[in-house]
Amino acid sequence: MKKITAQLVAFVKGDKQTIQVVPPSGHTATLTLFTSAAMAFLAVFALALSLATGRLADRWSSELARSSTVRISAPAGQIEAQTRAAIEVLRTTPGVAQARVFTEDEQKKLLEPWFGPDLPINTLPIPQLIEVIEDSTGFDTDGLRLRLSAEAPGAVLDDHSRWRKPLVKAADRLRSLGLISILLIALATGAMITLAANAALAANGQVIRVLRLVGAQDSYIARAFVRRFTMRALSGAIVGVIAGMIAILFLPSTSVAGGFLTGLGFQGWHWLWPFVIPPLAAVVAFWATRTAAIRSLRELT
Amino acid sequence: MIELKNVAYSYGGGELLSDISLKLAPGSFHFLTGPSGAGKTTFLKLCYMELVATSGLVQVFGRDTRTMNRDEIARNRQRIGVVHQDCRFLDHLPLSANVALPLTISGRDTGEEEANLHDLLSWVGLAEHADALPAELSGGERQRAALARAVIMSPEVVLADEPTGNVDWEMSKRLLALLVELNRMGKTIMIATHDLNLIRAAKAQVNARVLRISNRQLQLAGADL
Repeated sequence: MKKITAQLVAFVKGDKQTIQVVPPSGHTATLTLFTSAAMAFLAVFALALSLATGRLADRWSSELARSSTVRISAPAGQIEAQTRAAIEVLRTTPGVAQARVFTEDEQKKLLEPWFGPDLPINTLPIPQLIEVIEDSTGFDTDGLRLRLSAEAPGAVLDDHSRWRKPLVKAADRLRSLGLISILLIALATGAMITLAANAALAANGQVIRVLRLVGAQDSYIARAFVRRFTMRALSGAIVGVIAGMIAILFLPSTSVAGGFLTGLGFQGWHWLWPFVIPPLAAVVAFWATRTAAIRSLRELT
Repeated sequence: MIELKNVAYSYGGGELLSDISLKLAPGSFHFLTGPSGAGKTTFLKLCYMELVATSGLVQVFGRDTRTMNRDEIARNRQRIGVVHQDCRFLDHLPLSANVALPLTISGRDTGEEEANLHDLLSWVGLAEHADALPAELSGGERQRAALARAVIMSPEVVLADEPTGNVDWEMSKRLLALLVELNRMGKTIMIATHDLNLIRAAKAQVNARVLRISNRQLQLAGADL
């Protein structure tokens, strides 16, 4: 480990003479830097998307799974009696931690986004809602349905799974799309660095031939190019990641609008994830340049 | 040092060299002559392993070149000084860095060799041009710089391809004097040239053997020179 660290430090510092062997390359260096920065910027967003949708999927599947709703639709006179009967059934059902009747105000609030604030709720045949919170063991849905239909014929149990499942599925799919995007960004970075490295190797054909003539080994010649591209990719990625994180930091917060949607951003220690991108970009560049260099050197004796 | 046994080399078109056998003994001085296109450069390339013989055996420092991997070839090249026909420098580096290039790539500390480098540049008469770029030098200066680069690692063999190709007679004599001096220090020298005056001048100073390539064969030229 110590040896690897020492090699890594030596690689980053570089040997001044080795660096000088290949002529400085001007604007192509800037292009590599820019590409790397742009890719890192995109990678930050892909990462944010994956993490946010992951969070969303977790939330929908865990929080909503523990709550269900009982809806009581009955003629006006019977609602109260059936509600009491349903509460009684729920209270005696194993696995139900809490059953709470929604107040008129709460129901009004739920309808507000659709009908506006001044809805005369009492004049409408609105069903009564009961919120059911499960304990960790959970209850037997089919059994509860049977008992409810016997005691309160107007009660319908909705355990949310009907609409929760497609949402969780969609969120999961989005998360994998985000991860695929990160993979594609990494591959595209590798491809672009390979092209840039090939161009540099071709432009420096004379340098490589001279080095080979005076007895330079392949690893020495490759190192002169590999170090250059790795450092460019690394510094470009650092710039891109910082820009991406600043952009995410200033995204408008959605948590006020509704706790249901989670903001596209990083939360807590997830802010550390983007810092993985620059080393990853460096590894991709190292590998891509090395492969390109070794391949082009093979053509020389 | 370098030994060729029944070596043949053919390009896509046809055979350029065939059935060549030669043994370069340590401390020997050889001229390689023959008309342009006869294969002098190809012969030297076989010796410094830039080309692989189509058939036959090429041994460098006792090893069959066919069995060497790329790194072994590179290491063996550090023991052979080559003065290339067109010199071949790194055009963005000053002369001193170009001459010291073999030291740099073999990982030696050029700082420690600073004095040696200066001596070597003085020896080839280029001390005052140490900071010049290769493009700023004249043909003769470039040839001398190439010779300095070829010998900085103190190689056992020096192979020079037309080292006096584009220099005047005075400069040719100076370059020859440098090569003769190297030979007196025990180096094996092989010079490819078609300059018969150069060969005559050398014969007065050292015991040089002259090889001639003609009709794809390598012959020992007689005393007619």
